[in-house]
Amino acid sequence: MYVAVKGGEAAIAGSLDLLADKRRGDRTVPEISLAQIDGQLTLAVDRVMTEGSCYDRELAALAVKQARGDLVEAIFLLRAYRTTLPRFGASVPIDTGQMIVERRISATFKDVPGGQSLGPSFDYTHRLLDFSLAVEADRPAAPVDPDATAQPMAHVGAILEREGILEAPPAAREPGDLTREPLDLPADRSVRLQNLARGDEGFLLALGYSTQRGYGNNHPFVGEIRHGPVPVSFIPEELGFAIEIAEIDVTECDMVNQFAGSRDVPPQFTRGYGLAFGHAERKAMSMALVDRALRARELAESATSPAQDEEFVLSHSDNVEASGFVQHLKLPHYVDFQSELVVVRALRAEVESRAAPPALDRAAE
Amino acid sequence: MSGSSNDQSTFDGGYNYAYLDEQTKRMIRRAILKAVAIPGYQVPFGGREMPLPYGWGTGGIQVTAAIVGRDDTLKVIDQGADDTTNAVSIRRFFARVADVATTTRTADATIVQTRHRVPETSLREGQILVFQVPIPEPLRTLEPREVETRTLHALAEYGVMQVSLYESVARHGRIAKSYNYPVLVDGRYMMSPSPIPKFDNPKLDRSPALQIYGAGREKRIYAVPPYTSVKSLDFDDHPFEIERWTGCCALCGSSESFLDEMIVDDAGSRLFVCSDTDYCGSRTAATEPAS
Amino acid sequence: MSVALLGDVGTGFDDPTHDSQRTFRAVLNAFAHPGRIGDLERTPNPAGPLCGASAAILLTLADGDAPVWLAPSFDQPAVRDFIRFHTGAEIVARREDAAIAVLSETDAGYLAGFPIGTDTYPDRSATLLIQVPSLDGSAPRTWRGPGIDGRIEVSVPGVPESFWDNRRADRESFPCGLDIVFATASRILAFPRGVAVDS
Repeated sequence: MYVAVKGGEAAIAGSLDLLADKRRGDRTVPEISLAQIDGQLTLAVDRVMTEGSCYDRELAALAVKQARGDLVEAIFLLRAYRTTLPRFGASVPIDTGQMIVERRISATFKDVPGGQSLGPSFDYTHRLLDFSLAVEADRPAAPVDPDATAQPMAHVGAILEREGILEAPPAAREPGDLTREPLDLPADRSVRLQNLARGDEGFLLALGYSTQRGYGNNHPFVGEIRHGPVPVSFIPEELGFAIEIAEIDVTECDMVNQFAGSRDVPPQFTRGYGLAFGHAERKAMSMALVDRALRARELAESATSPAQDEEFVLSHSDNVEASGFVQHLKLPHYVDFQSELVVVRALRAEVESRAAPPALDRAAE
Repeated sequence: MSGSSNDQSTFDGGYNYAYLDEQTKRMIRRAILKAVAIPGYQVPFGGREMPLPYGWGTGGIQVTAAIVGRDDTLKVIDQGADDTTNAVSIRRFFARVADVATTTRTADATIVQTRHRVPETSLREGQILVFQVPIPEPLRTLEPREVETRTLHALAEYGVMQVSLYESVARHGRIAKSYNYPVLVDGRYMMSPSPIPKFDNPKLDRSPALQIYGAGREKRIYAVPPYTSVKSLDFDDHPFEIERWTGCCALCGSSESFLDEMIVDDAGSRLFVCSDTDYCGSRTAATEPAS
Repeated sequence: MSVALLGDVGTGFDDPTHDSQRTFRAVLNAFAHPGRIGDLERTPNPAGPLCGASAAILLTLADGDAPVWLAPSFDQPAVRDFIRFHTGAEIVARREDAAIAVLSETDAGYLAGFPIGTDTYPDRSATLLIQVPSLDGSAPRTWRGPGIDGRIEVSVPGVPESFWDNRRADRESFPCGLDIVFATASRILAFPRGVAVDS
């Protein structure tokens, strides 16, 4: 006699134990520390903080460790933790003009006030595997540039703004918050930017790339990319003035794009904006390209490409949502499948009965 | 694996009761009341990120978390079964964060959270059936844009679905839709009953229990109050009909329930058993002689 | 907010998490069964003219995201302080800004101006708490609609005739509309927008 399968409870407990065991890996190899993840897999931590919408290096490092290096899983862990945190209020908007830049480049001018500063970058590495890294060794510290000044630098864009040839940033207003309110379309630009900042880097990279290949081209130039620490301030209600509560590393991309102008507006450059926690240039640049593409309607451009389709982009950018829904196909669906089997078998039976020649005809032959 | 460090089934007072903070519960509770007041209409809500993946029941979990209390008895099923892994996982989650009694018996539950089935045992007044919903919009496969479907609902303009069903009749000689079969609620809103088999649709009509549907990823909640008309769409010459099996359950002998098909050997031999494990188990228990 | 500036703010729930859960379930049950009287087991002890049931519902549903409008007879410091202290909800002056409104049965004759939602977002509508002295004793009316098994006889004393006339007219705006809860010291009765009242 058939006996129904049972034991889901024990199966789950067993699976969790196996996962914990695999996470630890070979016991003869020292366990990785959060400090090592934070200090040496820094860019993984940066990505988890950015898409996890929570600036906390230690928590992000913990998430990376717990997720066995699966960054989308780590982002999910950090998001789920973030949502339980009490909210004290919103900070004063950060001022990236106050950044002490570690890296700052502009592609639109050969030189800019404050200078180009390459900083730490993969850009000019030859992508040759460095076998010296395969063994532990003492690594010398980078020499300190004696001429380096820890002074804030003006944004390149501000210089063009003064000429009127580049649009000014939009006036500040109360931003929306996707983590509190459902997405409502058409979305405010602040909500779009929040969505893109939390969005999957790979998805935004592909969409940004598609605009370069003609699917919604907007002729981008890197006005400026800067990376470095900025102060975060908060105005406690009982004090009524701002106090500095933290310093965070961010990467900002100010993308300058062509705009043909219209009847009323002379030709002018427009902007796409990208901002990410930590050092994340690919993310910030992709975000800036997609931000600009999503402004097509606002700028009276035709919006026919995927990157310009607000509902399409904003509904599919979130990797926690996407990963969950794609992977939910692993869950049992046998009831629906059974339902389909019943219908498809019935349809096939009908087709077969029609295809078979009637018995009487055969008898007459 | 008792004593495992991964024990997740005992009450843990370190979390807020039922995991959600009180402000989030109020937001969801306000949305639920509007959903009950406008039967079948999808209320947008500020869905939170839950510690379970999207697509795995986060909407149903948020609804349950917003309504559940210490006086409740909770039943969780997936595919009609209490012991499928995702049902076990969700039941453990609530045992851990909400200190709530759980049961596998439909009749004993005050709240039944379900994925893909409506219990065979008739529900009664006072019970709440919470559905996990992947895609709340019944028109989504026909019109992917929310902006468009929202307008269609505002106008009660559902011709696109009628056309789709009619095309199915023209092609197959019948409405070849087997699950997530669209319904009209109280003659006004078209609604997705979630991916339950159409076999279960008639149970939604004028049910004495309250039905609440939660879609976490899509951030929508909708509801059907008790004794409310839920009509499966059809045509006069092609009336709605449910799945039928020629056999009966191999365990309890029921010919009334939804049957799962089991492949029992490599030759592909088939066996049919009830999808609803509580229904099947109580029928088997009733007929077995006491040992 | 400074507590020192407030007067007698009354007492809220003994156990906010569980008392508000129980209250919500009673309200949910009332919405699911329009016209059926529900009892609230645990009600707070508010200051001023707020009754226990409407105070309990305010504590359960109002907060910084759900502003409250008070009819003139309720718009007094004790009520304002109770709501602000225990819920953090903003008290709004304009009906159109209200998520929740508190009125007496005599105010019920004129309900224009509260948000009723839009055709695309009918949920963006106000919920009205109408305090009544009791929920029996007047000539019953017959209600039909979602949540009602056939029909139910409902008696709401003290509510002016114009209320019923307006309500009948407003039913034409469905799915837009106002959802109403009648409240006494410890009893509630819901009248969601979908209910039709026989004339």
